[in-house]
This record gives sequence, structure tokens and C-alpha cells, in this order.
Amino acid sequence: MTFFGIPAQAWVGQILIGLINGSFYAMLSIGLAVIFGLLNIANFAHGVFYMMGAFGAWMLANYLGLGYWESLVLAPLAVGIVGSLIERAFLSRIYHLDHTYSMLLTFAITLMIESLYRNAYGTSGMPFDTPALLQGGTRIGGIFMPNYRLWVVGASLVACLVTWVFIERTRLGSYLRAATENASMTRALGINVPRLLTIAYGCGVGLAALSGVMAVPIYGANPAMGSDLLIVVFAVVVIGGMGSIFGSIVTGFVVGLLEGITKVLWPEASATVVFVLMTIVLLAKPAGLFGESR
Amino acid sequence: MVDTANKQPILEVDQLVAGYGEDEVLHGVSLTVNAGELVTLVGRNGAGKSTIMRSIMGILPRRRGSVRIGGKETISLPPEKIAHLGVGYVPEERGIFSTLSVAENLSLPVKVGDNPMSMDAVFELFPNLRERLGSPGTKLSGGEQQMLSIARVLRAGARFILLDEPTEGLAPVIVQQIGQTIARLKQAGYTILLVEQNMHFAATVSDRFFVIEDGHVIEQVGRIDTPEAVAGLERYLGI
Repeated sequence: MTFFGIPAQAWVGQILIGLINGSFYAMLSIGLAVIFGLLNIANFAHGVFYMMGAFGAWMLANYLGLGYWESLVLAPLAVGIVGSLIERAFLSRIYHLDHTYSMLLTFAITLMIESLYRNAYGTSGMPFDTPALLQGGTRIGGIFMPNYRLWVVGASLVACLVTWVFIERTRLGSYLRAATENASMTRALGINVPRLLTIAYGCGVGLAALSGVMAVPIYGANPAMGSDLLIVVFAVVVIGGMGSIFGSIVTGFVVGLLEGITKVLWPEASATVVFVLMTIVLLAKPAGLFGESR
Repeated sequence: MVDTANKQPILEVDQLVAGYGEDEVLHGVSLTVNAGELVTLVGRNGAGKSTIMRSIMGILPRRRGSVRIGGKETISLPPEKIAHLGVGYVPEERGIFSTLSVAENLSLPVKVGDNPMSMDAVFELFPNLRERLGSPGTKLSGGEQQMLSIARVLRAGARFILLDEPTEGLAPVIVQQIGQTIARLKQAGYTILLVEQNMHFAATVSDRFFVIEDGHVIEQVGRIDTPEAVAGLERYLGI
């Protein structure tokens, strides 16, 4: 069976890859959106926390003999704590300054951490085994789907949904939304906003690390893996609307799918299609598809 | 002559200097508010009344002098710590969060006093809010937003309330309702520092007035109850 002269198997394969990439885009951009919405900084260090999550899983497996499932909890937690310390030590001192300073600072943090990992582990990447429970594949409609990749799509959707529910439906989430809108007023109501910023940054980078752990059995752990992904993730956040959680989730998956479909129809354009979409959105709706002007 | 003897001061401001960026707006403000009193700051637009409120609340980072609340020095405390001394701030722009519903706005503040007002008591005071619980905060009318802003600090349990121009831009019937609410709060023992341009409104509820001009207190006036006295204060507003 073919569509537009292209076999159905190629379509399904690329759409699945698109969905998997979309899962990572969504999870990374949701963290970026939370951080931008609340801290008002463009976190260029986000990619490096994704990489640290992947390496965290690799280290836990190789140094402590822990498995994938333990890493899924421990690595994001450890990276989240590192992120919170970085926020307290560095970022909290420059909130009152122009955006440029936070961009430069987070970029410098990226370069330093990435260099440390490159120095310690090289650039070729570290392999990580797929957990035994998720090895093999499932045949759906005559097409073979690796179990692990199906898990990544499902788990990412759940993680995004949990984050959204947390922000929209919990008391702490209402603090976050209030502080995003008017930090001074939120503080005047007795809420410790600086502590909230530290927690939000820690949770945001923890989500990036969770994506890294989920990515490591597919891509391995490589010091440059975060930087490679970050530019696309920033485009996703801009398209969805800076600071919009819902926009990040939807746009993450849509961009992943769009890349997958473009790979089938016009492979040469697949790497640039996201930036074409970003340009169109910025021209038509500068605040992004789901964002509001600040 | 203003009689403030034998009253416990809740707020003692001494030589307060504050401003925005490089601009100094307050040049040494000193005033006191005693427990259970309702004190009003009057003055022209730009005189520094709202800046005094923001400085007391700690929202302005650049301030010096002394601000004691309940005997505790707060000049170097952040706003959340000041709120926990039982202070509630109702800003001029009301500070309603548009992304939060009325119910979320009401449940947002953390407990800052011993006796937070119950939801039932809030709805008794502001019946309109009960019907608007699910609405986004900014879909409310100006009067309802003002009620929500006051209700929010009462829910937190604040006993000392900073009310910045609560009647601004409201219809006369709503102004009357807000006036009744403020009178009830005063009767219930709340201490209130009010900023108000509507002198007829302020005269009905205030125990004392501080006249602010160019970032200074230029006069202190006791309770006023004659049209002549109201007219006298209105002169300071340029009316």
C-alpha cells in the first residue's frame, strides 16, 4: 500500500520517529516554558540538563549498578537539585537585569558543564541498554513498533499531562501562575516567591533530565546531545508561545510529527521545516500560537 | 490636636525615604497608626501616598528609615515576611490574578494571622463573590474586583490592612457598599491605613488624616465631621 507513491511502512516509520522526537520536544519545552514564564529567563542551559539526565542514568548503571527504572527517578532528582543550586548561586542574582545577561550566563554554564563531560567521557557517546521489560516490539496494523519507543511516547504524554495538571489544578500550581503574573503581589500575600523560583527551576530542569533518561537507550549519552536539540526546542517554545505550558505540549508533538512527515515527502527540508513554521507564526502571531503578549 | 494617647501603635514609620530607581519619592515620612484605628492618607496625585503603602509592604526594594509593624522593624524584610506580621495589602490596581479563578484568588494567600475569615463570613460581606467563584478574576466588574481584593486579605487573616484608593473608578452604589464594609471591618477591630481621594467617603470612616505633599507629611488632622472641615482637606487635593 502506498500514499503519494511512498510505501505506508515508510510513512508509519517516520511518523513514529516524529512522535518520539515530539515527545522529547514537548518534555523539554514544557520545562523551558515553566522557567521562562516564572523566572523570565531564556534558559540556554536546558539542553545540558537533558544531557546530564542521560549521563546520570549511564553513571548510575555503570558506577552503582542501578537499572533504568531507578534512574528514571534518581537522575532527574539529582539534576533537579543541581539546577536548584545553580539557580540559587547564580541566576537569582541577575533576575533584575536585562534578558541578555541570563542568556549569556546560562550559555556559559552550558559551555562549562559540557566541556567537563567532554573531558571526562569524550565525544563518541556511551551506549545504554534498553530495559529488559521494554525490549522487542509489537506489531500494530502489520507494522513493527519497538516497545521502548512506544513507551517513550506514552510516558512523555503522561509526564506532560501530570505537569499540566500540577500547574493548573494544584495549590502550588496556582502560586506558580500567580507569581508568573505578578510576583510582587504574590509576595505581598505572604508567598515566598524566591523559594518558589528555586523549586520551579529545579522542576523544570528535572523534567529535562527525565527526557534525557528516556532518551539514553535510544541515542546513548553524548556531551553534545543537549546542544543539538536545544535550538529546535527553543523554536517549539516560541511557536507555542513563550511561557505557555499547553502550547509547549501541543507544539512539541506537532513539530515532531511535522518533521517526520517532511522527512517522507522532502527529506532535505526536514531539518529546517520547524524554523519555517516559527517564522510564519512569528509574523502572524508574535506571542506564539498559545501565548499572550507580556 | 489629635488624641492618640493610651493606644498601642501597630505601625510606626520614622523618616522613611523611598523611591523608584534613581528617583526619590518619599523624603523622610513619619507617621503612626494605632490598633483599631482607621487612618487616611490624603494628598494630590503624585504626592507619594501609594509609595508609602508600597514601602510599608516592602514592595519597593530601595527604602531606608524605620518601619515598625507591631513593634518589629521591617525595613530590611521582604514582602512575604511583612505579610506574615498580619499585614494585608489591597493595591490601587487591585492585584487580581487574571489566570486564576475567583475561588483560586481567594484560596491563594497563605495564613498570616490567627483568625482568617471563613468563606461564609466573606460571602456574607460580599454576596456577589459567591456567584462568581468559577469566573476568571479579571472577568469581574471593577467593584467585584475590589471586593475580591479585600476578601483575599481577610481570608489570609490579616488584621492590619493597607487599602489603596478602594473607591477609585467605582459607581456610587458600589462606593457605598465598600464604605459599609470598611466601617464593619473597623467595628470588628481591624486596623486600616487608607489612601483616598474621595474626601466625603473618607470623612465618614476615618479617625485621623495625614496630609502628604511632595513626599512629606505636612499636616495631621483628627476626625472631621463638618462640611467645612471636609472642604478644608479638599484644598490639599486641589479640589
